[in-house]
Amino acid sequence: MKHIVIIGNGISGITAARYIRKNSDAQITIISAESQYFFSRTALMYVFMGQVRFEDTYPYDQDFYRKNRLNLVFDRVESIDFSAKTLKLKATDSIVYDELILATGSKPRKLNIEGEKLEGIQGLYSKQDLEKLENKRNQIQKAIVLGGGLIGVELVEMLHYQRAEVDFVVRESGFWAEVLCEKEQRFIEEHIQSKGIRIHFNEEIRSFEGEGKVCQAFTKSGKKIEIDFAGITIGVEPNIEFLKNSELELQEGILVDEDFQTNIPNVYAIGDCAEHRNPIQNRKKIEQLWYTGKLQGKQLGENLGKGESQKYEPGPWFNSAKFFDIEFQNYGFVSNTKKEGQSEFIWKKGNKMFRLLFDSNTDEFIGINAFNLKFRHPVFDHWLRNKAGVEEVLQNLKTASFDGEFSKKYEEEIVRAFNQEIGRNVQLKKKMWYQKLISK
Amino acid sequence: MRKLGWILVFVAIGIFISTLFLNHYTVLGKVFPGKSQILQMIDLGVQDDQKSISTSELRSMKFAMVKQMSDGPVKKHPISFFMLTFGLAALGSILIFIESFKKSASEQNLGVFHQKLTSRKWPAYLLLLALVAFYVLLYWFPYYLVEWTILVDPIAQLFNSEGQASHWFLYGFMYSYIMTLLGIRMLIKYRHNNYQIIRTITVWFFQIVFAFTIPEILASLNGSWAAIDLKNMWPLDYDFFNNGGLITYATESQPVMVNGGGLGLGFLIWGIVLFAVLVPILVYFFGKRWYCSWVCGCGGLAETLGDAFRHLSDNSLKAWKIERWMVHSVLVLAILMTILTLFTMFTGVWGVTGFIQEWYGFLIGSVFAGVIGTGFYPVFGNRVWCRFGCPLAAYMGIIQRFKSRFRVTVNGDQCISCGNCSTHCEMGIDVKAYAQKGQDIQRASCVGCGICEEVCPRGVLKLENKK
Ligand SMILES: Cc1cc2nc3c(=O)[nH]c(=O)nc-3n(C[C@H](O)[C@H](O)[C@H](O)COP(=O)(O)OP(=O)(O)OC[C@H]3O[C@@H](n4cnc5c(N)ncnc54)[C@H](O)[C@@H]3O)c2cc1C
Ligand code: SF4
Ligand code: SF4
Repeated sequence: MKHIVIIGNGISGITAARYIRKNSDAQITIISAESQYFFSRTALMYVFMGQVRFEDTYPYDQDFYRKNRLNLVFDRVESIDFSAKTLKLKATDSIVYDELILATGSKPRKLNIEGEKLEGIQGLYSKQDLEKLENKRNQIQKAIVLGGGLIGVELVEMLHYQRAEVDFVVRESGFWAEVLCEKEQRFIEEHIQSKGIRIHFNEEIRSFEGEGKVCQAFTKSGKKIEIDFAGITIGVEPNIEFLKNSELELQEGILVDEDFQTNIPNVYAIGDCAEHRNPIQNRKKIEQLWYTGKLQGKQLGENLGKGESQKYEPGPWFNSAKFFDIEFQNYGFVSNTKKEGQSEFIWKKGNKMFRLLFDSNTDEFIGINAFNLKFRHPVFDHWLRNKAGVEEVLQNLKTASFDGEFSKKYEEEIVRAFNQEIGRNVQLKKKMWYQKLISK
Repeated sequence: MRKLGWILVFVAIGIFISTLFLNHYTVLGKVFPGKSQILQMIDLGVQDDQKSISTSELRSMKFAMVKQMSDGPVKKHPISFFMLTFGLAALGSILIFIESFKKSASEQNLGVFHQKLTSRKWPAYLLLLALVAFYVLLYWFPYYLVEWTILVDPIAQLFNSEGQASHWFLYGFMYSYIMTLLGIRMLIKYRHNNYQIIRTITVWFFQIVFAFTIPEILASLNGSWAAIDLKNMWPLDYDFFNNGGLITYATESQPVMVNGGGLGLGFLIWGIVLFAVLVPILVYFFGKRWYCSWVCGCGGLAETLGDAFRHLSDNSLKAWKIERWMVHSVLVLAILMTILTLFTMFTGVWGVTGFIQEWYGFLIGSVFAGVIGTGFYPVFGNRVWCRFGCPLAAYMGIIQRFKSRFRVTVNGDQCISCGNCSTHCEMGIDVKAYAQKGQDIQRASCVGCGICEEVCPRGVLKLENKK
């Protein structure tokens, strides 16, 4: 029987295993050095804030592994002998594979500055990072968090829950500037500041000082900040240390083709650690998302289970996040500044906002960023796949809305504002069952 | 504020418990300080009667006797004591609850696994003991709670001139009082969510008006009427056919149709139409939530008093298996018992009917629904009864599962498997298991509380009725 070994029990690795099992009886082994069972990384903050227990973040219960005959190994792979198809593990016997999936995920990026190794400075990625943070939760009173991105704001929220005073140090001129436009940046920043968080823009940390434990952080602009904790969340990078100096072709990540093949036959890479030689559409070479890990795992799993080599076809882009009380949903590629030939419509009221892009010539709907307004993924997916026009989108806003029952509705206002601003005459249609809309 | 609130609540509870010991008892001019002595005397006195009357009648008799003998500060100043207990506790609770104003929408459920009361630490067990003790005394030894009923006598007077509150009146009042206070907590906690606001007000309204006020008025209109809760229905109301007002039993061997007039017949027809016609129609259009989390009293308490404990419901597969076995067994049992009751009613043959009625009432009606159902909130979560025991929920669940427009819609592939929904589902449904597959949730047990939708950090869930 063929033996498929997966290094990494994250969303990518486990999803691949699930889909292999749907079509194949191969022996499947999944190795992880982080945790016995697959857990949801995205929920680490809720464990820290006491809204769930760690075991609540397991997407599957133990029965799942038994039923799907997935053999779990809780150990670290130290090196791989690709010619002998053998994995050398830290504590247990070597494992021989027929096919190997590398789904080793990411690790927090380092600053490489003085004092970074002091006690009290850490990133937030793994279960171990969470445990480290939990252990000192009661000692944290003054903290800084570096890096204005998604994990950064989550860490800020966690420290805020712990009633620590938080300074949020952001290198760029705005929050999550890589994705959000300036209006959106201000919108989120104001909300974060309203929680009592101080944000320092265009600022970096040059060094840390302390006796064993961190006490001070020195900024580029010469400020000294007294702290007892520093969170470094300046992004993540592929976790491929142990693969360096092997035949495997690496750049920033593990280089793969459209079907996740690496340069070595029968060795594949998916998820956060994979770097696409030829990324599709406007996608990044390295996709570091839960959703993309799931999509990649699914495609590779189907391929290996069926013995095919279909290319990665993830469909229209989507994403989501949360910034304290602001929920963010995104469908389609919405860049931080609108490109040539794109038109933009922004609507904002109170703690709700959205930004919509469409093609100035063809009217084709390009994408939407929505804040505290929920929209149906299947409907937007349908529109993006079918290159719907922006007027069709607005006409059907009632059907596309995913806001809760009895919640205040804004569609009328939005369409009125759109007509006025863009000079159109869109008529809002009655709400229908969304599946009717997408089956048309 | 929060601290002050808790102090007031504890002082009020302290006074409340001490009222049980403040009075003395006067029998034929002689004064006794404690209850135990007079209960011994009463027991001696009723020894002969014991064989001819049922235990429940005996219980009421003892209760009435103790209440008549009770005299002292509580009897003389019921309103002052009422203010010092119910009044003070209400004030304290409000002080605690308004703290939620300081928390934003996404902060409301943070820390439930850090606070001792809501994470199965010692205060949870203390509360469990207190609740269980209360139910045991209420159901089987009400004469120990006489002074508490004296506290609410002035309120009973609003309904009838005698103003003698029974222990069931006390229970109804406390139930409404607790639902009101913790309903306020819900309104503050979920002030940003219209579904929660409307639902909380509705379920509270049905408790105050339909479960408490109307039955008391009906009871005061005509002494022979059992108090009727118009929204309570068979098979949750398991003695609907034998105690519903139309038929009572003169003796075991002779069921007698009581002439309740047009009103009595009206109630019987209403009750039957309710469960046979309205329930299937409403569950088809809206799911069983219209009853379980919008109307029902048990649900009402679970959604108010029980809200702080919803994350303790077991969401494992094993619990689901046990749930299906248990709740459907109770349904079968309730149906069998009703068939037997009707059989007895029409033929006059008793057989095992009385025996089964009594044991169902004791095990399911009292122990399961009351002692375990509510008493165990702090340890097993707030819907133990609704999930594992309620035959009406089982009946509606079958319709909901196979023939209903209601579902919790999952928003495409937006789920990040964080587990908030499954953890906070009071029915122990593993919502995430569906959400991460992009599959809508159409489960028999879902009561449509809407909290999974509320706690999901990615807006993945939405309660709705398919058009
Ligand atoms: C705090 C936080 C919040 C996030 N929130 C979101 C979000 O809201 N939405 C979103 O889309 N994405 C989010 N992400 C990103 C998302 O979690 C990742 O993209 C995703 O988990 C990557 O999955 P993966 O399977 O590729 O890798 P991982 O989940 O990193 O799994 C890789 C596993 O392989 C193990 N491993 C690596 N090397 C070895 C070895 N040599 N031997 C044994 N085991 C090894 C690692 O220990 C790890 O357990 C978040 C990330 C973090 C840290
Ligand atoms: S699935 Fe959601 S709405 Fe249904 S009972 Fe559970 S938490 Fe409530
Ligand atoms: S709470 Fe939302 S995101 Fe989290 S597991 Fe449930 S449906 Fe998915």
